[in-house]
Amino acid sequence: MLHSGAGPNTTAGSEPAGSARLEQPSAPENRRASAGWALFGSELSVLFRRLRTWAMLLALAAVPVLIAVVVRLAADEGGPGGGPPFLNQITQNGLFVALTGLVVSIPLFLPLTISVVAGDTIAGEAGHGTLRYLLTAPAGRLRLLAVKYGAAVVFCIAAALTIVVTGALIGTILFGTGPVTLLSGDTIGVGDSLVRLLLVAVYVALSLAGLAAIGLFISTLTEVPVGAMATTAVLAVVTQIVGALPQLDWLHPWLFTYHWLDFADLLRQPISWDAFGANALLQGGYIAVFCALAYSRFSTKDVLS
Amino acid sequence: MNGSGTSAALAIETSGLTKRFGRQTAVDSLNLAVPHGSVFGFLGPNGSGKTTTIRVMLGLAGATSGSVRIFGQEMPAHLRSVLPRVGALIEGPAFYPFLSGAANLRRLDTADRHAPAATRRRRIAEALERVGLSHAANKKVRAYSLGMKQRLGIANALLMPRQLLVLDEPTNGLDPQGTREVRSLVRSLAGEGTTVFVSSHLLSEVEQICSHAAVMRAGQLVAQGTLDELRRVGLTHLNIQTPDANAARAVLRRLGLEPDGTAAALDGQVSTPMNRPDLLPENIAAALVADGVRIRGFVVEAGSLEDRYVELTGEGFDVVQ
Ligand SMILES: Nc1ncnc2c1ncn2[C@@H]1O[C@H](COP(=O)(O)OP(=O)(O)O)[C@@H](O)[C@H]1O
Ligand SMILES: [Mg+2]
Repeated sequence: MLHSGAGPNTTAGSEPAGSARLEQPSAPENRRASAGWALFGSELSVLFRRLRTWAMLLALAAVPVLIAVVVRLAADEGGPGGGPPFLNQITQNGLFVALTGLVVSIPLFLPLTISVVAGDTIAGEAGHGTLRYLLTAPAGRLRLLAVKYGAAVVFCIAAALTIVVTGALIGTILFGTGPVTLLSGDTIGVGDSLVRLLLVAVYVALSLAGLAAIGLFISTLTEVPVGAMATTAVLAVVTQIVGALPQLDWLHPWLFTYHWLDFADLLRQPISWDAFGANALLQGGYIAVFCALAYSRFSTKDVLS
Repeated sequence: MNGSGTSAALAIETSGLTKRFGRQTAVDSLNLAVPHGSVFGFLGPNGSGKTTTIRVMLGLAGATSGSVRIFGQEMPAHLRSVLPRVGALIEGPAFYPFLSGAANLRRLDTADRHAPAATRRRRIAEALERVGLSHAANKKVRAYSLGMKQRLGIANALLMPRQLLVLDEPTNGLDPQGTREVRSLVRSLAGEGTTVFVSSHLLSEVEQICSHAAVMRAGQLVAQGTLDELRRVGLTHLNIQTPDANAARAVLRRLGLEPDGTAAALDGQVSTPMNRPDLLPENIAAALVADGVRIRGFVVEAGSLEDRYVELTGEGFDVVQ
């Protein structure tokens, strides 16, 4: 019912003749509209100029640092084995700090930060009252939604990279690097292993992009950003709990968290893309469904904030 | 009591516009006609449906029924081509507190695909200058006073050359000095040919800057037209000074008028609303003189717009619903 402003400009020449008398030399319809990337740039700059964004990235960066320091101290005392996957390899190769950091952050820390950013997308603008000014600018509802989701995905990538890069750095500093022995028993060089780490970061960002789409949809339902954030975070946690209940195993392959920890496939030689493909399909489905839901909700929503 | 002109000359036209929230009708069958080039005052007490009307007009909320045309184009179907020509302040200003005033304007300017990036910096500086905020351009909006935010909201509406400005209660939160500045700003914009649609619950504000006005009450339009038309419809009063007050009252009653009773009236003063438009003052004077009433003073007072406004919308805190 309400119109979106996305897509190519179709206004030029479509004015009824009767309105010609209203035109001034500077009338906007005489100019071509720009492609509209400026709004995406502005969205990223607003996101990454917020203290909150940096606080969350800093908290994520603290995870691998904490792990590395603790392991370093424990190793000096000849600490015990056990703990999360990859933890034991850390002392042999610092790059494993990045992987351990991801494994530890995936269940809670990462989803939490994504929930904050994705839950804030539309509800945050509504809460500030800026939504009405963006829409009357006019930003266009579809375009605004696309820009918001795009920025949330950029944050997903930034969040995953933050852990991987800090983990690799602190690991290298505290434990050094060398050829990495993979799960398959093969050994690869440092350059190759950095590429594998980046692939894992992409895998995790993709996993989080599905959650971001859910958060985007929830964000269109409310004018209270904290509500949207909390709902999204709770959903991520509850889904993982459901995923851990064997009684519901028929449901598990459909949960967006199903492949979240399956990135180990990328550490085999040769690389196994099975998990990546399955995860991409699953997340793609969630992204398509929830972005469509978000649009159908947002395109007809009364903006009364 | 319609605004003059044909629909081709209308900047905004609504027909049968209705907006319901659940069972409450916030805007009820509204037929507005805002002539191109006018300064149009949209008057009404709090809660009478002004902001809701503006939201529906600008495509923020969908109409329950009825239609809106801006520059002759159906809204919200033509929102993308219409809104770049419209600057708006809706229900007060709203900005990111953690960004500066200039950064907030930059953000909103990038949202408009018709706003050229090449001139963005200059246009923002000019808009800030125009509302007297240049000195606070780089201050975080968190540190702005309410009046400064209001000015920034107006600056946002002025980022591009506009053919229509929709200003919802633009002087809210402004000091008298700021109120005067907004008034002169509106006048100068109108002088440049911009149509200005300004809502207010304050009659004095509308009276000073508007050429046309519409009055809302509980979601319904109760009057619309040029200010002169509205004044004319408002009751004219006749004040007579005479030593023969009672005789004068008798004559007036005979003519079908309703002069005030003796108790309320001052000695030697007779006052009556001119509720018979066909009855000319000179004929009343002649009738009084013919009956031997000695007239010392005879004044026809055009009804003040204020009387008219109060008459239409109810007195004081008589808020509907
Ligand atoms: N979001 C909303 N939900 C329900 N009722 C609303 C909403 N917004 C406004 N209203 C109602 O609509 C009526 C008109 O409100 P509004 O347009 O804000 O009036 P005004 O701007 O003239 O003060 C009021 O009675 C108000 O309570
Ligand atoms: Mg209002």
